[in-house]
Amino acid sequence: MDDLLTDFLTETQEGLGALDAALVRLERAPEDMATLSEVFRIVHTIKGTCGFLGLTRMEGVAHAAENVLGRYRDGTLRATQAGISVILGAIDCIRGIVAALEGTGTEPEGDDASLIAALDAVAGGDAIAPPPVVAPIAVTAPAAEAEPPPARAPAAMVPAAPQAAPPATEPESAGANAPPQTIRVTVEVLEGLMMLVSELVLTRNQLLQLSRNGADNAFAVPLQRLSHITSDLQEGVMKTRMQPIGNAWAKLPRLVRDLGVELGKKIELEMRGAETELDRQVLELIKDPLTHMVRNSADHGLETPEQRVAAGKPEAGRIMLNASHEGGHIIIEIADDGRGLNAERIRQKVLAQGLATEAELAAMPEREIQRFIFRAGFSTAAAVTAVSGRGVGMDVVKTNMERIGGTIEVRSKEGRGTAFIVKIPLTLAIVSALIVEAGGERFAIPQIGVVELVRVGGEGAPQLERIKDSAVLRLRDRLLPLVNLAGLLQLESSATEESAFVIVTQVGAHVFGIIVDRVFDTEEIVVKPVAPILRHVTMFSGNTILGDGSVIMILDPNGIARATGVGAESGEGEAERDGKRQVIAHRSDQRTALLLFRAGDATPKAVPLGLVARLEDVERARIENAGGRPLVQYRGKLMPLVPMSGHWDQAMAPERQPVLVFSDGDRTMGLMVDEILDVVEEVMTIDGAGERPGFLGTTVIGGKVTEMLDTAWWLRQAGEDWFGGAEPAAGAGRRILLVEDSAFFRNLVVPAIGAAGYAVTAVPDAEEALRLREAGASFDAVISDIAMPGMDGFALAHALRESGPWRSLPLIALTGCSDPADIERGRAAGFTDYVAKFDRAALLDSLRQCLSAPVAG
Amino acid sequence: MQTQTTTVPAPGLITRGGLPADASEEIYLTLTVADQLCGVPVLSIRDVLGVQSITRIPLAPAEVAGSLNLRGRIVTAIDLRCRLRLPPRPEGHRGAMSVVVERDAELYSLLADQVGEVLPLPRAERAPNPVTLDAGWRDVSHGVHRIGERLLIVIDVERILAIG
Repeated sequence: MDDLLTDFLTETQEGLGALDAALVRLERAPEDMATLSEVFRIVHTIKGTCGFLGLTRMEGVAHAAENVLGRYRDGTLRATQAGISVILGAIDCIRGIVAALEGTGTEPEGDDASLIAALDAVAGGDAIAPPPVVAPIAVTAPAAEAEPPPARAPAAMVPAAPQAAPPATEPESAGANAPPQTIRVTVEVLEGLMMLVSELVLTRNQLLQLSRNGADNAFAVPLQRLSHITSDLQEGVMKTRMQPIGNAWAKLPRLVRDLGVELGKKIELEMRGAETELDRQVLELIKDPLTHMVRNSADHGLETPEQRVAAGKPEAGRIMLNASHEGGHIIIEIADDGRGLNAERIRQKVLAQGLATEAELAAMPEREIQRFIFRAGFSTAAAVTAVSGRGVGMDVVKTNMERIGGTIEVRSKEGRGTAFIVKIPLTLAIVSALIVEAGGERFAIPQIGVVELVRVGGEGAPQLERIKDSAVLRLRDRLLPLVNLAGLLQLESSATEESAFVIVTQVGAHVFGIIVDRVFDTEEIVVKPVAPILRHVTMFSGNTILGDGSVIMILDPNGIARATGVGAESGEGEAERDGKRQVIAHRSDQRTALLLFRAGDATPKAVPLGLVARLEDVERARIENAGGRPLVQYRGKLMPLVPMSGHWDQAMAPERQPVLVFSDGDRTMGLMVDEILDVVEEVMTIDGAGERPGFLGTTVIGGKVTEMLDTAWWLRQAGEDWFGGAEPAAGAGRRILLVEDSAFFRNLVVPAIGAAGYAVTAVPDAEEALRLREAGASFDAVISDIAMPGMDGFALAHALRESGPWRSLPLIALTGCSDPADIERGRAAGFTDYVAKFDRAALLDSLRQCLSAPVAG
Repeated sequence: MQTQTTTVPAPGLITRGGLPADASEEIYLTLTVADQLCGVPVLSIRDVLGVQSITRIPLAPAEVAGSLNLRGRIVTAIDLRCRLRLPPRPEGHRGAMSVVVERDAELYSLLADQVGEVLPLPRAERAPNPVTLDAGWRDVSHGVHRIGERLLIVIDVERILAIG
C-alpha cells in the first residue's frame, strides 16, 4: 500500500469518527450551523481525496452524501432524522469500503445504486424513502437507527468499528477487523512522553547508582529489569519522534526545478537515503540549512549548460543528496558536479577582507582556504542573484549545525564540484557524555567531540610540556595545543598537572586537548537548556542531573574552542598535517603560533611553534663535547647541539640549558638558546629577508623587533647529514629554477634544496620564469608552485612544454594539496612530478630521480 | 537527600491573626538576608527548601550561586546577599534556605539566610521606596512595610531575576 493511501485511510478513519459524533449532534439540533459545516467539510474532503486517488465507488457515495449536506447547509433543506439516517448509512458504507481498503488495498466490489438513490431522493426533498432502501448496508443502518444517540457517541470514538463492515461489500472479515495501521498523535504528546522518559532515565540512573553503593542486593535483579525496560522504552519513544529525512527533502525537487528555470540551468536532483531517520527536532533544525545548501549548489555550484558543455561535462548538472547513519550520527552529503570552489577567488577575498596575510595563505592547504567560506559575510558569488549571494550564507549554516552539536566540512575540486558533509547527532535529547573533574567541579563532555583520552604524567606516560605559560602535549609526533579546563573556567585547579588527563577533542578540523584533573565514567545524560540568565556563558551547551542527583554543567567543545581561539575558522587542518616541515602547525585566527626566545644577543628570536618538536632543559653535566661540538645523549641517541651564540663553553654554560629540539624521522638536533620567552600568536610579516645568516628576516612582535629563525640554516649547522643523507653532493651544482610567489616559502625551499648541493634561482611568478627562458637562462630542472596570482603553475607547465628550450626539462609541482586527482591534473599539464609543499625529503628525492634519469627528448 | 519541603499555606487561608486575606492585603513570605527583613509575595513562590547542595557554575554572574536539583528540575540559585550587595554569609553559617520562584517556565531559587513566616500586609500600608534608598535596592524593591520595629523590603521578583 502506498504512503498516500495509508495517509488517506488514517485521515478518513479520523474523519469518520468525527462524523459519527457530529451527525448525531446534528440530528438533535438540526439548526446547528457549526456542526453542519463541520460535517459538510469532512465529507467534502473525503470525496475530494477519493476522486484524487481514483476510488470511484467511495467517491460516488460521498458525493451523494455531500449533496444532501450541501442543501442542509444552504438551508434549502431541513435536516430530518430520516435524512440523517440515510447519511449515516452512507458513512457506514464508506467505512466498509475503508476497512476493505485497509485489508486489500483496493476498493471492494459492490453496488451502491440504491444508497445513492436514497441520498439523491433526500437531496431532492422527496418524501423519505423507507430505511430498507439502503439495502447494501442493511446490517448496519438499522443498528445506527436503533441505538439511541448517547450510545453511539462513544462508539464513534473507535474508528473502524467492526460492525461497520457490510457483509455485502466486505467478504473477507479479516480486512474488516484490521485496526488502523497508524494513528495521529500531536507533537506535544510525544514531547511530553519524551520528557517523561528522560526523567525516567535519570531516575533509573539514580537508582542504579544507589544500588551500586549499597550492599543490599535484593533490588539488584528487579532493578536490572527496570533498567532494561527503561532503555527499551527510551528507544521506543525516541522512535516515535524519528522521521525519515526525506520529509525535509520533500520540497527540494520543486525548489531545484524552479531554480533551474530561473537560472537557465539544467539540474538533476538525486536523493539517496531519504528513508534515513532522525529526530524530528533535529530534522526541523536542519531543514533550512539543507535548503540553503541546495540553493547554493544550484546557484553557485553548477555552471550554465554552455559552460558545462565547454568543460566537457554533461549539459545537465547534478545535485546529490545522500544521507546515511554512522554510529549515533547521521551523515548528510550535499554534492554537486559543478565548477567547484575557486580557491583563487577565495584567496583574493580573504586578502581583501584582511582575514589573512599572503604568507599565511600561501602556507595554508587548499582545504583550509576553502573553509573561509564558513566565515561570516563571506560570499564569493561575484554577483548577488535573487537566489543566493546575499552575504548570509555558509556561516549561518555552520552556526546552525554547531548549535545542534553537528559539524560541517567542505570538499571541493576546482572544475569537478563541491561537496558539503554534515554530521549531526540523531537526537538532541539524550547524549552520551564523559564525566570529568576540573578545579573540584564535575563537568560533562559530550562524547561526539572526544577523539581520545590521554593520561599524562606518571610512569611511562606522555608528559605535559610547557612553553612559558602555554601547555602543549607531544602526541605521536605532533604538538597538541592544550587548554586547562580549570583555568578556562576560572576555577582553582586543585590537582597538580603531574597526573592529569588530556581529552583530545576535535572541533571541525581542529584538534586540541583539554586538561582535566580526573575522568570518571561515561553516562547517558539528558541535555537540559541552561537558564536564560546563563545563556551568555558559551562554554556550556546545557546542564543535566546525574545519577547521584547532582546538577552538572555540560561543556560545549565548540564554545571552548572559540574561547581559546583554537578552533577559530582557519585552524590547522588535521588531515593536512603532511610532514613535519609544516611551518604553521598551530594557528588561530590567521595567526601563527610563534615561540619567542632569547639567544646570543638581546634581540628576541622567533620560530614557528609547529617546527619545534620538543623543548628540553638539559643539565650542563649531561652535555658532552665531541670534537669541539656539544652533544647530548637524548632518548638513547646522540643529539648534536648547536649553540645559537656561535660557540659553547662548558665553563660559562648555565646549570640547565634550554634546548629547542627539532626532529625529522629519526634525526634530531637541539638548538641551544639562552631563555625561552613566550609563545605568541602573531600575523607573520617578514621584512629584510636574509640579511643575516641564520635568520629569515625581522618582524615586529609585541612592539619589539624580533628576528625570525631560518630553521633550515640552523639545521645545517648540526651536520651535513641533516639534508640528503650521505649524498651531500646529490645536487652537484645542478641549476634549479624555483617559481614561488610567496616570499616565505622561497625562503624555506631555497635553503633546503640549496643545502643538498643544488644551485637555486628563485623567481616570484611564472611571467618572470618565462622571461628568464626568453633571456636564454638554462636550468636542469624547474620547481613550481601551483597556486599563484596571474599565471598559475598549470599554465606555466603548459607554456614550458609547448615550445622553447625548456620543453623537456623536468618540472616538479610544489603544492599544498596532493591528492591523486590533483596529481593527475598536474601530470596532464606536463609536470614530471608532484610534491607536497612541506615535504623536503620528497622534494629532494624527486629532484634526484628527475635528474638521474635521462630526460626524454 | 537533604531536601526538606515546607509547604507554604495557600493564599486566602488562615494566616497570623486568624484573619482571611482579602483584596486589600497582600501575603508575603518573610526572609532575612544579612539581618534585613524582606518579603516575597507568596503567590510567586513555588517551594521553600532547606539547605541544598548547589553546583557552582563557572563564569556565571556573581549573583548566580549555582544550580540545584528540585525533583528532577534544574533550579538556578540566586544569592540574595550578592544580589542586594550585602556582605557574603559568614563562615560557619548553617547554609542558605531556598525560596523557589518561577519565571518564564524556569525555576529560580532565591537564597536567603532564614525564612520567616507568612504575613498578610495591608496594601495601603506599603510605603514607597525612600528616595535615599540605595539605587541597587530601589531597583528591586516595590516598597517598604513597617513590621513593629523593623522595616520589610518588598522584593520585586522580576527585577531580582533581571541579571546580566
